[in-house]
Amino acid sequence: MNPVTRKSTRHVNQNEGLIFEKSSPGKAAWRLPQSDVPEVDAGKLLGSAERKTLGSMPEVSEIEIIRHFTRLSTWNYAIDLGMYPLGSCTMKYNPRVNEVVARLEGLANGHPYLPESIAQGALRIMKSLSDCLIEITGMDAITLQPAAGAHGELTGLLMVRAFHESKGSPRKKILIPDSAHGTNPATAATAGYAVENLKSNTAGMVDVAALTSQMNEDVAALMLTNPNTLGVFEQDIHKIADLMHAKGGLLYMDGANMNALVGKVRPGDFGVDVMHLNLHKTFSTPHGGGGPGSGPVAVKRTLEPYLPTPVLKENPDSTLAFDYDRPQSVGRVRAFYGNFGMFVRALAYIMANGPDGLRQTTEDAVLNANYIRKGLDGTYDLPYKTPTMHEVVFSDKLQAKKGVRTMDIAKRLIDYGFHPYTTAFPLIVPGALMIEPTESESIEELDLFVEAMRSIAREVDEDPQTVLQAPHTTRVSRLDETAAARKPNLRWKPAAS
Amino acid sequence: MKYPTEFKYTKEHEWIRVDGNNATIGITYHAQESLGDIVFVELPRTGTEISKGKPFGTVESVKAVSDLYSPASGTVTETNEELTTAPESVNKDAHSAWLIKITLKDPSEVQSLLSAHDYEQFVAEEH
Repeated sequence: MNPVTRKSTRHVNQNEGLIFEKSSPGKAAWRLPQSDVPEVDAGKLLGSAERKTLGSMPEVSEIEIIRHFTRLSTWNYAIDLGMYPLGSCTMKYNPRVNEVVARLEGLANGHPYLPESIAQGALRIMKSLSDCLIEITGMDAITLQPAAGAHGELTGLLMVRAFHESKGSPRKKILIPDSAHGTNPATAATAGYAVENLKSNTAGMVDVAALTSQMNEDVAALMLTNPNTLGVFEQDIHKIADLMHAKGGLLYMDGANMNALVGKVRPGDFGVDVMHLNLHKTFSTPHGGGGPGSGPVAVKRTLEPYLPTPVLKENPDSTLAFDYDRPQSVGRVRAFYGNFGMFVRALAYIMANGPDGLRQTTEDAVLNANYIRKGLDGTYDLPYKTPTMHEVVFSDKLQAKKGVRTMDIAKRLIDYGFHPYTTAFPLIVPGALMIEPTESESIEELDLFVEAMRSIAREVDEDPQTVLQAPHTTRVSRLDETAAARKPNLRWKPAAS
Repeated sequence: MKYPTEFKYTKEHEWIRVDGNNATIGITYHAQESLGDIVFVELPRTGTEISKGKPFGTVESVKAVSDLYSPASGTVTETNEELTTAPESVNKDAHSAWLIKITLKDPSEVQSLLSAHDYEQFVAEEH
């Protein structure tokens, strides 16, 4: 037997059926007083649209509802329970100070319909956050409206389109590296552009020669993630920006990996024209079920006229107001002003850390990823040897010889008490294991993770079935994802009586 | 894996079998293997014009959604209806589970595609 470091997060062993299965006729979680208003004839009002029965809705008592959902909630894996190394997602700790500030009465009870004159505090928070994000990115102007990353991408590309249209033609294509997040091509297509794939070179970076031959006056922009999804910083970024600008194209940066740059390098200084940020990644707002997200888009001066309306402006008397008079704007992209609660949390995070704290955060995120890289290099295949930043991508090449693939290793990791890493992405690495620890983890937690991954590699050598059939410690074992996708069964039906 | 020598292949991992002015198109064994279990195939309607090198549909597996690139230009005459209910046929036998049939716009277009031997070598080099 090998010594195995186990970490258990299970605290409730009871399985839980569907709430429909708890139903029994006549039970209810409510009781209403007798009606003292005249009865309304719904049939007369709604005609054939009237619903005569509710179908088979569960009939349960209040405590049964509470217990059902409370039990389910204890099954969640969360960053508050342990490391969540989901690559590309930056699942960092959500500091409690953010929550304290967001719950201050004036902020929690603020309403978007408040007149500007009595919402100055809320507007000041938006202005302060905008100023901080502009400083961090080195850009000139920003919108906080987009609701999350992909929404930010779309907002950014709509501005790119408006910019080119003002010069006579929207152009036809968006160049996207083969290592990009899947949202990038989807965004380009939604914004009405054709997508052209850009191959990576052997170091995992943009192939400048390929870009030179593919760049022409039909290309509206290049969508680039920097550092890219391999965690590799695009070292030719200046050349790339110059190549784009020489032919009148723009450089869009997907800010998903901004956690590797904050306080160190500013996209605005390396030639980026437009970029989005993910407050729910880099700036510690809740993420993954706890959202909502927030995807501000920062731009250079040339794109400022196209920002969504309204734009925050400072009056001569230094009060703040929304400017709706923006004739070249792409229009509103979100109801009201965006996910305000996230602005409060992100600003709390930025101010609690300060410039030196944010720089330290970036350094720690890069250090942690490289600690894991060093700890697992050799145990797992490292397809690209280029130095990596905040995340590291291995492949399952060594384990595949025993028939064990990245998904199997990820499932086994659950038994060790960790959330799986990102599997099978980026697509340029067959059988990818994409690991991003973030700065939140201590060396002790990183050691547990490295030991768990090494232990799984030993199991693959000695007893691959243990890994192939994992997880073993969960309420349900390996789910048939293929059958679920091919023949989804989404409706509970009462048993025939 | 033996790649049928009567097919031509693309670097995007589609195969095409030409029969006079008509052709049948599918994805290769290697394509289905790297995609994993295929759960959905989206194909163009008959009558749709498709062009060489351009996407004509998508294939979705448990891992990813990928574009299908046409090996040649032409008009779609038939789509494989069986794939709507049984997308797994592509995993079972990628070289007989065809996706679409087309009439070729220019049969000579196919000549520049890879032979079975060249495709096999291309796949080996990619990994």
